[in-house]
Amino acid sequence: MGRVSGQILGFLIDPFASFGFMRIALVACFALALANGPIGTLLLMRRESLDGNVLSHAVMPGAALGFLYAGYSLAALTIGGLLTGLAVAALAALSAGSRWQRQDSSLIAFYLVSLSFGVLIVAARSSQADLMHVLFGTVLAVDVKALLLIASISSATMLVVAALYRPLAVESFDPAFLRAVGGGGGGFRAIFITLVVLNLVASFQAFGTLLAIGPMLLPAAAARCWTNKVWPMIALATVFGMAAALAGLLISYYANLPSGPAIVIGAGVIYGMSLLAAGRTRFKPKSLRGQR
Amino acid sequence: MANSSDPARRRRSAFDVFGRIRAATAPLRQSFVVSFSALGDNAQAAFVRLFDNGYDPDASEEHARRGEEGISVRNLSVRYGERYAFENLTGEFAPASLTAVVGPNGAGKSSLLKALAGIIRPAGGEVTCAAVERHRLAYLPQQDELDREFPITVAELVALGDWRNFGAVREPPRRLAASVDEALAAVGLSSVADRQIAELSVGQFQRALFARLLLQDAEVILLDEPFASLDENTTEDLLHFLRRWRTEGRTVVAVLHGLDQVRRYFPSTLLLARSPIAWGETSFSLSADNLARAQKALNPPESARIGWVA
Repeated sequence: MGRVSGQILGFLIDPFASFGFMRIALVACFALALANGPIGTLLLMRRESLDGNVLSHAVMPGAALGFLYAGYSLAALTIGGLLTGLAVAALAALSAGSRWQRQDSSLIAFYLVSLSFGVLIVAARSSQADLMHVLFGTVLAVDVKALLLIASISSATMLVVAALYRPLAVESFDPAFLRAVGGGGGGFRAIFITLVVLNLVASFQAFGTLLAIGPMLLPAAAARCWTNKVWPMIALATVFGMAAALAGLLISYYANLPSGPAIVIGAGVIYGMSLLAAGRTRFKPKSLRGQR
Repeated sequence: MANSSDPARRRRSAFDVFGRIRAATAPLRQSFVVSFSALGDNAQAAFVRLFDNGYDPDASEEHARRGEEGISVRNLSVRYGERYAFENLTGEFAPASLTAVVGPNGAGKSSLLKALAGIIRPAGGEVTCAAVERHRLAYLPQQDELDREFPITVAELVALGDWRNFGAVREPPRRLAASVDEALAAVGLSSVADRQIAELSVGQFQRALFARLLLQDAEVILLDEPFASLDENTTEDLLHFLRRWRTEGRTVVAVLHGLDQVRRYFPSTLLLARSPIAWGETSFSLSADNLARAQKALNPPESARIGWVA
């Protein structure tokens, strides 16, 4: 009995004990999960998941340009992605006046075009492998510098969300009230979108432009099935994110599969199980409680 | 005597130099401290100006000017892109008045309230309302402008009414819980204080929003369709608050649909159809003639419309 549990423990720990890159990848994923918990939950609450998806693709052309200019340089990728991401967010905010224009078709058109641009830019100079790297990321290639960047962004995100939680929440369900009491509505939306872009850029290192939104939204969506209070939702989303990262990394290690997609699939499995489980529980939020 | 090799003396002279440096740099250091704390103050002031303008605990203490706060508008217009929501509105919502804003669909009634509340910027003209600057204005949005699925309890929603005492980042005052209970009792929702707002009926939700208004304790209260799709009982209860606010000297402006209701309870009425049709005593504003003009202002003659379709 003791031997079996020891074996299981070994199975869980060995990859991380033996390989530095696995440890860094795990810490990076945990740091991302810490920030993605609150950001993903707020994105869902604000019904802006599609906007998040679009922003994750808006990071692509800038990161690709940075890549073209400086190769695998952390600074170039980050600054490029940050610039185009924020530029697109600002453009969208300006063009829509006070509220984001809720035209799904134009959002989708936009992300398809920016994705294609990004692919063209990368393909112009480099190999298939580089393209895969930009599109799907490489968790296992995260180095200490990238880890520092991820950790800083996630710490800053948690601090800002903790400090500004009240106006962020009110702005997402009753924006007119916040403006009427002089709470300054537009400023908070700008801060929130900036946080989203920052976290997408951080995720981009590990998950690439196509998958970066996955670890952000899937754990939050799964958490939504279990509770309808915001703080438990954030905590649960963080735990789910970490669990998916651990499971994904182990699977990718033992089955020799790409780690980013494995982690996202892990999060997807958690979401699916949450949906199924919530179907039988009373915890389910009203929005999911269909007619029986 | 001038023997610099004397260790005690050398030490003293070292102190001397240090003291002189200290003395010489005192103003500099002083100014650094000053500018540093000024930087902090400025940063805080900038934050408040940009993000936390609504924090104004002093406003709660002022009741002296109740009954003097009206709203006057001059040449007010609101535009969305090319289309005017309404234009050229001039007049005054008198202090302590109870005014209904009435008009056909798309007449610009909601836009008017939003412009009065400072939520949207007018395309032209101006609104003069001291209550806005002093955070003594409350605005009730239409129900469908709120996301009812947001996970927040009734008590939390109501507590937001006390915003000016805690603003965006500060801890709420201790007495808040008591005043929330009081407001919930006043609207008859004490039993559902800890429920999620998603679980409330339309009528209960409107009662909760009225409890939030009670906590806001404003001099000027703007209500956008406060009785839309409510049953008679709830409407009656909520109308009672409107009458009470008026006797307390608050200025109330409400967008409404039911003309009978307006005639019965509202002394003055603004009839709006993209441009003001009539503004004055209700019996005058809602005369058959004025109502017909309001209809016509929004529905161009039949021939013109068919021209567009065909």
